[in-house]
Amino acid sequence: MNAAIQCEQLTKRFGERVAVNSLTLTVPRGSIYGFLGPNGSGKSTTIRMLCGLLTPTTGKGTVLGFDVMTQSEEIKQRIGYMSQKFSLYEDLTVEENLDFYAGVYQLNSAERKQRKTELIEMAGLTGREKQLAGSLSGGWKQRLALSCALLHKPELLILDEPTAGVDPVSRRIFWDVIHELARQGITVLVTTHYMDEAQTCDWIGFIFFGNLLAEGTPQELIDRLGVGNLEDVFIDLVRQEEARQAAEEGVR
Amino acid sequence: MRHFVWERYWSVVKKEVIQIKRDRPSLAIALVMPLMLLFLFGYAVNTDVNDIHMAVWNQSPSAASRELVDQFVNTRVFEVAAHVSGYEEIEAMLDDGSVNVALIIGPDYTRKRDRNEPVDVQMLINGSDPNIARTATSQAQLIVQHQAITLQEIKLQKQGLGELEQPLGLDTRVLFNPNMESIVFNIPGLIGLIMQNVTMILTAFSLVREKERGTMEQLIVTPIRPLELMLGKITPYVGVGLFSFCLVLLVGTYWFGVPVKGSISLLVTLSVLFLVTTLLLGIFISTVAKTQLQAMQMAFAFILPSVLLSGFMFPRDSMPLVIQWLGGLVPLTYFLEILRGIFLKGVDIDALWKDVVGMSSFCLLILTVAILRFRKKIE
Repeated sequence: MNAAIQCEQLTKRFGERVAVNSLTLTVPRGSIYGFLGPNGSGKSTTIRMLCGLLTPTTGKGTVLGFDVMTQSEEIKQRIGYMSQKFSLYEDLTVEENLDFYAGVYQLNSAERKQRKTELIEMAGLTGREKQLAGSLSGGWKQRLALSCALLHKPELLILDEPTAGVDPVSRRIFWDVIHELARQGITVLVTTHYMDEAQTCDWIGFIFFGNLLAEGTPQELIDRLGVGNLEDVFIDLVRQEEARQAAEEGVR
Repeated sequence: MRHFVWERYWSVVKKEVIQIKRDRPSLAIALVMPLMLLFLFGYAVNTDVNDIHMAVWNQSPSAASRELVDQFVNTRVFEVAAHVSGYEEIEAMLDDGSVNVALIIGPDYTRKRDRNEPVDVQMLINGSDPNIARTATSQAQLIVQHQAITLQEIKLQKQGLGELEQPLGLDTRVLFNPNMESIVFNIPGLIGLIMQNVTMILTAFSLVREKERGTMEQLIVTPIRPLELMLGKITPYVGVGLFSFCLVLLVGTYWFGVPVKGSISLLVTLSVLFLVTTLLLGIFISTVAKTQLQAMQMAFAFILPSVLLSGFMFPRDSMPLVIQWLGGLVPLTYFLEILRGIFLKGVDIDALWKDVVGMSSFCLLILTVAILRFRKKIE
């Protein structure tokens, strides 16, 4: 089993609206997979299906070898997830948030102590343990959220726009951590709108209107479209798809 | 994976305790509101009818007619609010509510009484509040009847027939609340009602707040189970609710003078069961509502029927059967029986087991429904 995430024809409908349209993708173990696409293209819906937050309407998918339809609780024990919105307790301190999640993931006291020290150091939160999470600035909040998601040493880390609205320095620190985690063998699935971040991913998947339009390494995509950088790949893909859809509308 | 994990439950408890401690205003409301409500309602909810305002039109002023009026006043049920002369005045006063009854003594009262002829007096009663009207009617009838028998006795004695013997008598003894004070009956009920409303609202917000703040999303990607989360959330509030319950119990006992005749430990034990039930009811609301506003509206939609259906205001025995069944869906119904039983009658578990079983079943039912409702999904 070499793929951390494998899904085939994964589809999610909300009533009439198709949010994700038969998505097939493979995320190899130990890689950083960048998931790109405009707002509302179905990135978050896909991620939520993989985490077990949403049940797919049709299709198949496995995460770390577990079925997303039936084994979402097994998946939850083994993944770390961070949503685009800060979703830790703002009225708890840094340490209390970590303690809460350590308990929820059933870490014993020795593990808990060790992981807390490691992660506080990794996130650069030393000295801020007693500060309320709500009073941290954006960059710190994201690093705290990442720490909470990593407490139980997940094999797969799923990050939904982790760096949205974060300053460049914090972004750089954040991505250094992500690369370090990948070196340790953790698979990372991450969505982003920053092309400099996407450039450093091992794989890129491009999704628009619920369809996976292109997949490959960043360089492959740049070469395939014959453009200068990823930003142009993004814009070209969106334009092509919009033109194609407009043509279809015209035929109809 | 399927079983209850104490560690996860306990982390939720610790987290909630910290959050409750940080949110001082909410904690203060949870502790102080029951006390304030008890003081307020303890005085407001009073079904005793006293001092009914009465207008008197005495068209035959004399010692005899004044004696009759005094008989009315002496019962303390009636209070003379005005002396009038004419039906127009009486009507006006009944209309504007300054009096509820009017006693009219005809011009021939004194003359007929002197001649020992039968005579009637008239009473007009405002029947819009049946409770007052009923009391006024029965009391007035009693007073006049009593006066009639006294007059009859005097008459017979004058004719040389000696003491009048009543052929039939009624010997009543009122148990549990000998003075029939409504406060004795109302305070235990009020304690139950207040505790239900305050505790239900405490947890009605808890899950919704996590949904609104987005913390629920992070929580449901963890392996936590719904039962662990719900029990973890209500545990600290059982403590808060119990503390608050003890406060109102003390006020009810010492301030309002309604002592607990039965076992205090039984009362406290069953109160914990009641608190768990109402807190779970709040959690259930929390699983249905999407916003805190909706949760608030649902809580209020539940509170009003519970006041009326539980038997807090009106006896359940006189309700139609269907309504009585609906009352069975209100945990307060069972708790009122328990409270009144232990407070007033001093009864034991033997007399209350049916209510305990009823409340426990309701508790399990609502827990099951809440768990089924609570999906670890965000749809």
